[in-house]
Amino acid sequence: MAEPAAALRGIGKSYGTRRILDDIDLDVAPGEKVALIGPSGSGKTTILRLLIGLVKPDAGTIRIDGRYLWHTEDLRPAGESHARQVRRAVGLVFQHFNLFPHMTARQNVREPLLHVLGLSRAESDHRAIDLLTRVGLREHVDKRPAQLSGGQQQRVAIARSLALQPKVMLFDEVTSALDPELVGEVLRVVRELAAETDMSMLIVTHEISFAADIADRVLMFDAGRIIEQGPPAQVLKDPAHPRTRQFLRAVLER
Amino acid sequence: MKAPPLLGDFLPFLLMGIPVTLEVTVLAMAVALPVSVVLALGRRSPLLALRLPAGMIVELLRGTSSLVQLFWAFYVLPFFGLNLAPLLAGVLVLGLNEGAYFSEVVRAGLAAVPAGQGEAAVALGFSRSYRFWRITLPQALPIMIPPFGNALVTMLKFTSLVSLVTIQDLAFRANMAATTLGDSAGVFAVVLVIYFALSLLLGAGARRLETLVDRRSGRPVVARRSSVPAWALGGGG
Amino acid sequence: MNGLDWDWAFAWSVMPDLLHGLRITVIATIAASSVSFVLGLVWTLLRLRRIAVISPAVDLFVLFIRGTPLLVQLYVVFYVLPKWGVSLSALATGIVGLGVFYSASASEIYRAGIEDIPIGQWEAALTLGLPLRRLWLGIILPQAIRAVLPMLGNLVVAMFKETALLSTITVMELMAEAKNAGSIDFRFVEPLTLAGALYLVISFAAASALRRLEVRHG
Repeated sequence: MAEPAAALRGIGKSYGTRRILDDIDLDVAPGEKVALIGPSGSGKTTILRLLIGLVKPDAGTIRIDGRYLWHTEDLRPAGESHARQVRRAVGLVFQHFNLFPHMTARQNVREPLLHVLGLSRAESDHRAIDLLTRVGLREHVDKRPAQLSGGQQQRVAIARSLALQPKVMLFDEVTSALDPELVGEVLRVVRELAAETDMSMLIVTHEISFAADIADRVLMFDAGRIIEQGPPAQVLKDPAHPRTRQFLRAVLER
Repeated sequence: MKAPPLLGDFLPFLLMGIPVTLEVTVLAMAVALPVSVVLALGRRSPLLALRLPAGMIVELLRGTSSLVQLFWAFYVLPFFGLNLAPLLAGVLVLGLNEGAYFSEVVRAGLAAVPAGQGEAAVALGFSRSYRFWRITLPQALPIMIPPFGNALVTMLKFTSLVSLVTIQDLAFRANMAATTLGDSAGVFAVVLVIYFALSLLLGAGARRLETLVDRRSGRPVVARRSSVPAWALGGGG
Repeated sequence: MNGLDWDWAFAWSVMPDLLHGLRITVIATIAASSVSFVLGLVWTLLRLRRIAVISPAVDLFVLFIRGTPLLVQLYVVFYVLPKWGVSLSALATGIVGLGVFYSASASEIYRAGIEDIPIGQWEAALTLGLPLRRLWLGIILPQAIRAVLPMLGNLVVAMFKETALLSTITVMELMAEAKNAGSIDFRFVEPLTLAGALYLVISFAAASALRRLEVRHG
């Protein structure tokens, strides 16, 4: 196996006395699409936030595209400015979009192109419009988030996180905050991305059939551990762990 | 150089301003509180004949400079045959002024009591006044305590205006000592520190009252934490 | 005693002086607002950065300004600054005093605005790798300042009324002109009432304009 796009080793994380993640090891291969399922509070979202450096682990190491996120190559602790470099290879789409409300769709997507890559205004605009076209928002580029539907906002957010051409894309329950009729358009964009690109993707979702379609591998989380993993056909259709069976039954009954 | 001993000589004179300042603060607050309740109730009244004048009084008091009001009471009212003693004029103007501001707080506090509470009381057949005094007010009170603390400190600072109508409070004595002494820096430093200490004291007292009332009314005491993440402030490599 | 009569002729005769005073009042308000908005932002950023010694010192300074009367602060800048070799005109002194006093309130307002920015905005900026400079100037401050504009507007209205205190340090603004006009014949009814009316008209107009702005921008 080639160098993994993302690798977690011995990751532990607590908030106060609450243990969120317990001794997690996880490798994600380049181009691999991984779905993370499990009850809320089981640690799925924390995995994504660890991978992009929004939270720091209490124990263990995180490697992105061959570089340690919070350590130097000889495993000495490194700080925020080091993490800033490494996390450029990672993109995150939030549950609540987190678009900048005072900027248009184009300005939102342009933001990292202008201020992280240092591209010219013309070049940034050009690329921003390309990205927005790719998520089907060509005619909405000059609207502000408040003028867009939830589904459209989330597609802008996806375009924005693609701007830096990350190696690893993280999707954190990207349809949970949407009205039911808007879920489809966002899932369609994620599906297309998965089919077209060689990015690795980690997707936290409660949409089981979506996970079954898109994922190469499914991870089942419970109480801060990965209790079961494998191809979707196995984990989702014929789970081995009783907790997984119970969880899937509850989700599918909704 | 004989300035330092002289400042010391004036210290008792300055300190005697403290009881005057506190007296004006307390008296003016004693005016402000009932005024604010009356104005707030007036503005909530279904009767236009009450609502309109209450609203106009509030706008009038809030729309003009408090110093203008004070001078008006001091210089103009006598023309109408109304001679107020300086202390009375000062206390009334400060009290009315702060009362107009605080009536907004009272109004917001009363409005924050859920309508269902009043309806429940109606359903139980309580009288109007019982409803106000025993149901609405006790629930509105805890909401008003933090702004009350602010109003108290504001009033303390506000009282310095009465020095301009010959009342010998801290500010008056500071001005007088500074002119007599010629050492204005020292005098003003002392007086500012006194005011600051009194503000902190009153502020601390109001906060104690707040926790007391919160505990009694069973409201959770939540400490507000800054939401600004540490990494956003630079620092930490 | 003829004090009960309102003398229109006298009222009109003092109007030019009052309007001249009003002009000074407006100038002082605008200048002091600008000073307080800029200084307030500086205080806020220094306080948030938690720099050793400096941030606690600014914290204490702001607390001190908020805990002491404007009147006494004005005396300090008026009587003490010249002794330290800083000689400004009375108006400039008043603007500095008023501006510094209100910078403390402005700082609290900015801080509330910054702290009310949803955590998701900070996180989005972090995950996109935006530099800190851009985070503050492009993302946080534009949103925070827009959100607190109505409160800053209220501060300007408050400042407008408080400029009357500048009369105590010989600035010939509206209040001072009114007192001056009244003291000639010791007849204060017209000048003080007219001055009050001028304050009322302008602050009422400003306050209702602000309310409209607030409604429009929700």
